[in-house]
Amino acid sequence: MRKTILLLLTFWIAPTVFASPAEDLAQFQGLFHNAFPNIPNAEFANGAYALDQEGRENWKAIEEFPPYDPNVDNGKKIFEKPFANGKSLADCFPNRGIGIRQTFPRFDAASGQVQTMEVVINQCRTENNEKPYEELSKGNIADVVAYLAFTSRGKPMAVTIPDDPRALAAYEKGKHFFYTKRGQLNFACADCHVNNAGKKIRSETLSPALGHGVGFPTYRSAWGFLGTLHHRYRGCNEQVRAKPFAYQSEEYRDLEYFEAYMNTGIPVSGPSARK
Amino acid sequence: MNTGINLSAWMTGIIVGLALTATLAAEPPPQEQAKQLMSDPLKGNCLACHKVAGGVFPGNIGPALQNIRQLFPDRAALYAQIYDPTVINPLTVMPPFGRHGILTEKEINLIVDYLITL
Ligand code: HEC
Ligand code: HEC
Repeated sequence: MRKTILLLLTFWIAPTVFASPAEDLAQFQGLFHNAFPNIPNAEFANGAYALDQEGRENWKAIEEFPPYDPNVDNGKKIFEKPFANGKSLADCFPNRGIGIRQTFPRFDAASGQVQTMEVVINQCRTENNEKPYEELSKGNIADVVAYLAFTSRGKPMAVTIPDDPRALAAYEKGKHFFYTKRGQLNFACADCHVNNAGKKIRSETLSPALGHGVGFPTYRSAWGFLGTLHHRYRGCNEQVRAKPFAYQSEEYRDLEYFEAYMNTGIPVSGPSARK
Repeated sequence: MNTGINLSAWMTGIIVGLALTATLAAEPPPQEQAKQLMSDPLKGNCLACHKVAGGVFPGNIGPALQNIRQLFPDRAALYAQIYDPTVINPLTVMPPFGRHGILTEKEINLIVDYLITL
């Protein structure tokens, strides 16, 4: 009984359940613009540093000698290197991969699923008789995404939800994930990154959900490496003692789809550095 | 032969005695235990969200924990707020420490005893 009530309430806090994605988008961005009227929209590309002046100074200093530069170089090399059959990763992306980060993740009508850049990279390798990357938290696959993001910096996010019931269903699943409380500590993503964005949890400033993902992959000092967005999702699930999902699981791809659509208009800033 | 048995009984006695001494020595006063529970990230971690007298690097998601006796003249209400704050506010971000087994009843009582002195 209690469970049903809680579930209902969880649905209820989601911005109007039966709203269209476009209505959700207006409501979602409106919340942040009302809460932070002095922060220009493009600033949300910088995560917590859009709101945390103190952290911002350190971050600026780090970005002067970007710790992810070697990753971008490596990603470019891998991206351009032909496979044994002469084709390359560039053949699997629109515009040969350059300046298209803002359109990902995308809905793929053939598979009926959401495709992230990581999925397209591994699918491309498999189709061309190369082994897919098994390490999905960091390493070569993260470096390739870093390079593709780098060529797209400044381009406003423009993920679309095509008129296909499966695309809408994937979006709704991602949205539901975002607003559902989970784990022993009982937190939804929205609890930290919407309702408490800009506040401090212990000594960490909580980033606003608006902008989430546009800076990825990200070199986090706490990790000591350049990590993928799903690595961050897993970390956030684990810290509330919830079961993390697999890298590139349907759950996380749908979540990324929802978050990316909510970012419509926010410029790509990845790869980025974080504390 | 008898000596053997006596010896092992004697040894057990020593070991139990040592263990008891160790627990007694390791058990700090209730107030200290409460403070420890409130700052331990694996336990209450109240400081993640609340400013508490003497706590370092507090978060600011919840209100500062002060004047608790005035706010909660009823001890049971304070216990309930920690055991399961979602009963009072289903949308709260404060974790249901008792209902989800994050803290034991004994641990919540230690914290309650300490908070009403603030
Ligand atoms: C208990 C609080 C908490 C919850 C719940 C939580 N996060 Fe986080 N999250 C953090 C903290 C702390 C950080 C690091 C500081 C920051 O950038 O926000 C972070 C960072 C992030 C970042 C990186 C932002 C950046 O610019 O680098 C993303 C993306 C993110 N979280 C997404 C999520 C998603 C999606 C969920 C739900 C599955 C979630 N978080 C749940 C606390 C939380
Ligand atoms: C993740 C954040 C978070 C954590 C961790 C947390 N709280 Fe809270 N707490 C809150 C918020 C937010 C409120 C405000 C009331 C509400 O949300 O319903 C609150 C309210 C309270 C109140 C009522 C105070 C008042 O002025 O009304 C008490 C007492 C309290 N918390 C004690 C604790 C104790 C003790 C712990 C640790 C065992 C703890 N809290 C951990 C967020 C938190």
